[in-house]
Amino acid sequence: MAMKWETVCPYGRLETERGIAALIGRETQVALFRLFDGAVHAIGNVDPITGAAVLSRGIVGTRGAAPTVASPLYKEVYDLRTGECLDKPGVAVPVYPVRVRDGLVEVGVG
Amino acid sequence: MKLVVVGHGMVGQRLLESLAARAATRDWEITVLAEETRRAYDRVRLSAYFDGVSAEELSYDVPAGVDLRLGEPALAIDPGSRKVTTAREMLTYDALVLATGSYPFVPPVEGADRPGVFVYRTLDDLERIREYAAGKRVGAVIGGGLLGLEAANALRLLGLATHVVEFAPRLMPLQVDEAGGAVLKQYVEELGVVTHLGAATTAIRGERPGSPANGLVLSTGAWVPADIVVIAAGVRPRDDLARGAGLPVGARGGVIVDDGCRTADPAVYAIGEVAEIGGRCYGLVAPGYAMAEVVADRLLGGAATFPGADTSTKLKLLGVDVASFGDALTPDKAATDRLDVVYLDPANKVYAKLVLSDDARTLLGGVLVGDASAYPTLRASLGGELPAAPLTLLAPAGEQADISLPGTAQVCTCNAVTKDQVLGAIAEGCCDVPAIKSCTRAGTSCGSCVPLLKQLLAEAGVVADKSLCEHFSYSRAELFDIVKVRGLRTFSQVITEHGTGGRGCDICKPVVASILASLHNEYILDGEQAALQDTNDHFLANMQRNGTYSVVPRIPGGEITPEKLIAIGEVARDFDLYTKITGGQRIDLFGARVEQLPQIWQRLIDAGFESGHAYGKALRTIKSCVGSTWCRYGVQDSVGLAIALELRYRGLRAPHKIKSAVSGCARECAEAKGKDFGIIATEAGWNLYVGGNGGFRPRHADLLASDLTTEELIRYVDRFLMFYIRTADRLQRTSAWIEAVGLDYVREVIVADSLGIAGELDAMMAQHIGSYHDEWKATLDDPVRLSRFVSFVNAPETPDPTIQFTRERGQIVPLQIGTVTPTGSVT
Repeated sequence: MAMKWETVCPYGRLETERGIAALIGRETQVALFRLFDGAVHAIGNVDPITGAAVLSRGIVGTRGAAPTVASPLYKEVYDLRTGECLDKPGVAVPVYPVRVRDGLVEVGVG
Repeated sequence: MKLVVVGHGMVGQRLLESLAARAATRDWEITVLAEETRRAYDRVRLSAYFDGVSAEELSYDVPAGVDLRLGEPALAIDPGSRKVTTAREMLTYDALVLATGSYPFVPPVEGADRPGVFVYRTLDDLERIREYAAGKRVGAVIGGGLLGLEAANALRLLGLATHVVEFAPRLMPLQVDEAGGAVLKQYVEELGVVTHLGAATTAIRGERPGSPANGLVLSTGAWVPADIVVIAAGVRPRDDLARGAGLPVGARGGVIVDDGCRTADPAVYAIGEVAEIGGRCYGLVAPGYAMAEVVADRLLGGAATFPGADTSTKLKLLGVDVASFGDALTPDKAATDRLDVVYLDPANKVYAKLVLSDDARTLLGGVLVGDASAYPTLRASLGGELPAAPLTLLAPAGEQADISLPGTAQVCTCNAVTKDQVLGAIAEGCCDVPAIKSCTRAGTSCGSCVPLLKQLLAEAGVVADKSLCEHFSYSRAELFDIVKVRGLRTFSQVITEHGTGGRGCDICKPVVASILASLHNEYILDGEQAALQDTNDHFLANMQRNGTYSVVPRIPGGEITPEKLIAIGEVARDFDLYTKITGGQRIDLFGARVEQLPQIWQRLIDAGFESGHAYGKALRTIKSCVGSTWCRYGVQDSVGLAIALELRYRGLRAPHKIKSAVSGCARECAEAKGKDFGIIATEAGWNLYVGGNGGFRPRHADLLASDLTTEELIRYVDRFLMFYIRTADRLQRTSAWIEAVGLDYVREVIVADSLGIAGELDAMMAQHIGSYHDEWKATLDDPVRLSRFVSFVNAPETPDPTIQFTRERGQIVPLQIGTVTPTGSVT
């Protein structure tokens, strides 16, 4: 099945090096991040350690070459490119395709 | 094989630790028979018990695998059949160690059996003293030695007017000489302790025979009134078990042992104060530890011998540093083969004497009173060539850059660790004091050599890694100075010009945010700064475990009008928030979703509230007792001061949270001594305490200055806070900071302006106060700032569907979504 792109917000709504949550469908929560170089990443918003939907509110940074976000609850760090937890092997969050078209941010679903 | 240790004091404990460190618990089945009903504790610091240190904190942990029987003393030993009897059973042993210590010596004085007369040896003694001292006014201690001054300190801490009676013509006659004793007396008397020297106690009197003590008659004819009398006239070895078993004891008591600590029976050892070794009994812990090490080695088949007693002592008695080492006292009488170098500064109450060989090259001993900072170097130089000119040696440790100890000098005499051994450990990769401690055991007993260890690390060129994180090779304090001096205003500037590459992380970003906030006090969420804040600062609320936030309006000093209390209640009711009173005398409202925060705060601000900064590493609360306005005991207006201070420092961001309290009298109902800065009213003004903490590692605050006017108090608090903000590490509370930099240093900087920066600190605080604004009001006034408070960027009003509540005791509580234990590990 072809990927469906869902428009979530204007690109200008994303703050540099911060995240924001988006709701896809009725209950899929995606955390969108805009990096310092302008790139956008999307991962699942639910913190797998606690079950709370908070990853979009973590601090964005880098570890080595990896762009990262740190969960605001217990500070585990996730690689924004792969969704892997860099502090707890075997823990990961979903990664979503994301693109910017005509100034709008679109997330790939389905 | 079976080992029975009789006695669980400091020396017995040291034996257990040493055996555990050598993995002897595999070969030996160890049983400890203890008379006291508590674990071994630090008897040297006993009076700390009256200064708020708990019995638990004074106690030691027993190594695993040891069968410790508290309250089950050995009653008899039969060396012939190798059996020891307790009230409960008879145990056999292959080796037995007597570590029964001493009992307090009570001189045969008339009236010593009256109620109100105590000895000073165990925690139980202290508890009895405390119980009896309640409501009493005057106490007297018989004995002005080390133990007597400890006991005098205990009575002082219990609030009694205190007398000390000493038979010798000076205090601490075994440790200090006449001139040192005179300086010591000066200190002690300034604390209000009355000394009676060169006087014997001839009787303890009461109203009638058998009635409680009410005073002492001295050999000088003087009468010392005393509601409570503590006898601290020395100790005697507890050698009764050995006597009963027919083991030889010395003429003045003490089980006779050879240099392997063995008694006449090869299976029975004796260590510590109960042992007579080389014809002497030692009442100090260091020789006891040395004996414990010898026996641990022997039990494992070694042939260690007692290295000779190091009777060096360094202690803080009644706040005075006193140290004595080597052969310090004998040359008082015209000895021709020794030279004394004496330094006496009566104005600053410092006395030092070094005893040198007649060629002035070898250090034989010495006495220090008032300032013992030279002690580690001097002790390590004992018996060897003087590493520098005598007066240079008396300079405080750390200022002795040109002093070089020989490699064989013992840096840590408690554990017999030489300078070469420490340097070896450093060469093998120990790069800080804790690493050296665990590798060599240096510094693990009395701790007095720790400054020397630091010096050796510095000499070896080891630079402690203070890097904040992978992005900055600076400590927080260094980064603070860089940002301040270079006038940097953004994180990008800081990381581009001073970082190591990358775009920061959850460690360095909040640090830079906090530094910028401390320096400029601007709105923390504008421009690039927004990306630096932890989620709590980002949403100006405290994130809880299910992703909702709690809200804490400021209630300065804990004073609140009924109208405002009702307003909080109405907000909590209307938004269905879980409501709880905090420990800081304010009210916490839980369960707010991110998109509700602006509406909640609009209501609170309309009712006259402002941000309480509960979410920030910032000033939190200044709690207060009700003070002289209402309380019949209060001597100052604690509420008024607490409110003034809270309004002065509100919004001040720091390396960690800051809590404070003001008590209106010495009863201390506001618990100010548990705060980062605490203020206690006196008849004459205010006492300022700093560095207190509750939490994980509780610490009582230290007295920084007393009887201050309100103006002085505010000046000192201003400087204290700014100096802390400028120099502390990331997430270092004032308690840890004070311990790292030293109370005396902090006092010099903020009271005497020893660094010449007081003006600058004052200006920084003035800048903070002048630029204060309420962050929540600034947020509500700006639509751009408000646009962050949405649940979803594409559905701003839709509540997060994962947030679910249930009800408990009439209020909402989170429905547990995850399965997380409070430590954060997944179960």
